[in-house]
Amino acid sequence: MKKENAICFKKGMQHGIPISLGYLAVSFTLGIAAKNAGMTAFQATLTSMLVNASAGQFAGFNLVAAQASYLEMALMILVTNARYLLMSCALSQKLSPDTKFYHRLLIGFDVTDEIFGVSMAYPGKLNPFYTYGVIVVALPGWALGTCFGVLCGNVLPANVVSALSVGLYGMFLAIIIPPARKNKIIACLIVISMLASFLFAKLPVLSSISSGMRIIILTVVISGIAAVLFPVSEEDKEPTT
Amino acid sequence: MEHNVYIYIFIMAGVSYLIRVLPLTLIRKEIKNRTIRSFLFYVPYVTLAVMTFPAILESTNSVWSGLLALIIGIVLAWCGKSLFQVAVFSCLAVFILELFL
Repeated sequence: MKKENAICFKKGMQHGIPISLGYLAVSFTLGIAAKNAGMTAFQATLTSMLVNASAGQFAGFNLVAAQASYLEMALMILVTNARYLLMSCALSQKLSPDTKFYHRLLIGFDVTDEIFGVSMAYPGKLNPFYTYGVIVVALPGWALGTCFGVLCGNVLPANVVSALSVGLYGMFLAIIIPPARKNKIIACLIVISMLASFLFAKLPVLSSISSGMRIIILTVVISGIAAVLFPVSEEDKEPTT
Repeated sequence: MEHNVYIYIFIMAGVSYLIRVLPLTLIRKEIKNRTIRSFLFYVPYVTLAVMTFPAILESTNSVWSGLLALIIGIVLAWCGKSLFQVAVFSCLAVFILELFL
């Protein structure tokens, strides 16, 4: 490894520490969700090592619990992780054009909200070794937390599990609410999405649609209409970090 | 039909990886289509909002503690608290309220 790359790697590891600690706490509730879906600690930890996506895994575990079809699973992951498509597009502009192909393959393995955020904040063009440093510290936190969640989820008293199970929702709110404060369209979309989701869950006929399909249908329809009615200009675009 | 958990895991991992790696490897230029860009921009907000509500109400032992967690989460996130803080304080709110229910 070149000396410059080693320095970048070390810096990435430092920046990975707070991310890893946050992951540890949040993925604990993910482990509880996996356990509720009937998965073993090994299966849940393996999923966390390979996927590292809160919303995607959470939705995925729900589908495992519901014994959904494989196609439904693929569509669900596609929709819940669609934001990474946008992030990877942005990240591709951050890489020097002559970045080697295998670096692109490796960075693509772990584009998350947080790792994307720190990578984009890297001064100038991104050195892939910086991102690798973040990943080697952050990803084990995510995997360990999930593992603990499965193993300790049923040792904990019911009220503690009840409290921890809102952790992920809290995290989702922390992702969507701050941009809504600056952008009225996003704020309206969030309210409309929650109302529509509530109606789909409660109304007769509509409530027979599985929660997985409900998320896919509402996401595609509401985002699609918003994209046509309120196309985003480059100025009011906020990074989703 | 009995589904295999490892096939589920393989699908989750495979689709997630493709989503992340394809733009990095294939699209070296920026997407120009404004509607597609806008759609991708709105997706995370809509999908996370749909996933959060009403599910948060059903995730806890009582609807009321779920509702409190939602309100606390929104207020703290609005005030710009970190992801970690919002998650922890939502959990704490549920724990404390359920002591009294």
